[in-house]
Amino acid sequence: MIGIAAGGPVIPNFGGGSASFACERANRLFCAGWVSRNWDTVLWPALRQHIVLTVIAVAIGFVISTALALVAYRRNWLERPVLIVTSILYTIPSLALFELLQPSFGLSRTTAEIALVSYTLLIMFRNTLTGLREVPPEVRDAATGMGMGPTQSLLRVELPLAAPAIIAGLRIATVTVISLATVAALIDNEGLGVPILTAISNEVFKTELIVAGAMAVALAIGADALLVLAQRLITPWTRAR
Amino acid sequence: MNVFVEAFKFIGRNGQIPGAPPFPTLTHLTLETLKIAGIGIGIAVAIGLPIGLWLGHVHRGSFAAINVGNIWRALPSLAVLAIGVAFLGLGLRNVELALVVLAVPPIITNAYVAIDGVERDVVDAARGMGMTGLQVLLKVELPLGIPLIFAGIRTSALFVVSTTTIAALTGYSGSLGDIINNETSYHLSGVLGAAICIAALALVVELVLAMVQRLLTPKGLKVSTAEDTVSSLAPVVTEPT
Repeated sequence: MIGIAAGGPVIPNFGGGSASFACERANRLFCAGWVSRNWDTVLWPALRQHIVLTVIAVAIGFVISTALALVAYRRNWLERPVLIVTSILYTIPSLALFELLQPSFGLSRTTAEIALVSYTLLIMFRNTLTGLREVPPEVRDAATGMGMGPTQSLLRVELPLAAPAIIAGLRIATVTVISLATVAALIDNEGLGVPILTAISNEVFKTELIVAGAMAVALAIGADALLVLAQRLITPWTRAR
Repeated sequence: MNVFVEAFKFIGRNGQIPGAPPFPTLTHLTLETLKIAGIGIGIAVAIGLPIGLWLGHVHRGSFAAINVGNIWRALPSLAVLAIGVAFLGLGLRNVELALVVLAVPPIITNAYVAIDGVERDVVDAARGMGMTGLQVLLKVELPLGIPLIFAGIRTSALFVVSTTTIAALTGYSGSLGDIINNETSYHLSGVLGAAICIAALALVVELVLAMVQRLLTPKGLKVSTAEDTVSSLAPVVTEPT
């Protein structure tokens, strides 16, 4: 269990150097020295791992949910079962899902990714399907009238028109994964959750908690902003509204 | 899969391990989790609902209401908890604060979108009948907005239940997360048992709220949007693009 400092100086392992650790010993809110000493060894690697975890999960989730949405767009009966299964996956709290997958896949990145992917499916599936369905029938007719086959119409007319909805789903999925990947540190020892959990077990070392927490928040907001930008570039016509 | 059999035996023993000193029972921890989550959702609804309803009623603050929701999605719950622990220390107060911070924005956003989107003609008709602003809000806009408003509350509830268990990782004990955070004493089977309980709890909370939503939805709306229970089960995240 976690020990709480009872009086006395708190001296967790602050790592190398001969600097004085007055700030760390006092466990002040923010010790800039600690951050600069540990950026290369702790914080930056954690951030990089977090990004890799997120990109892999969102990419796999995107492929699966888009494929499911495209099939459900043509065959309506598929929508219900997919919604039921993905809703249940989405509802299971991350902490529980990570643990439930552990016996089958071990304490590994695979376990983390499977859980993370499962949280992206509902959002991206529903958004993509809704986006495709909201393409006006006249537009589809016009595409057919121009001599496009179903595949051509899908690729050149329907998917581009559904792009804003698809990217909106991608945004929600991405920030969701960034958030849950911090919890994944529990079973897969990487990502920004690692410094957070370390800080907690290190007598609640505040600087590390605040910096790692802020990095996770900044990463999520940054990723969201990046996707908004991507959407503007991909669908310039939506800005005319 | 023998571990899963053990996990269910652990649940059957109500969270006790033969030969070990008595642990808090699973029933107790489940109720505690519900209590912590319930307080958080209660406070969040009390704060968020009036604000969202009012903003929607006067059709003002769309930028704030919607962007707050967007930024909220980008807040990783473990990071919010971690930052909270750094500033406030461990304890129920800090956990509840984090829960409320995470739960208020979707409630505001959804309530705003729900009320703002009520057809102007309907509102005009109500005013023409001599209703005051408050009457219009409570007797016309609120009932019509119930489905969307509830979608926000359910999204929040899901977050809160999930975050309550994550709070154990930051050292707050008194929820089902404790067991997951203490594999040394509970072994993998106990951790899995707790994970199953957490997953079941989240699903039950979702189902109960979905049922409450159905009960509160005016009859007229149920006919027109006689939608399947499935899509009402799926947590809706309003995406104001």
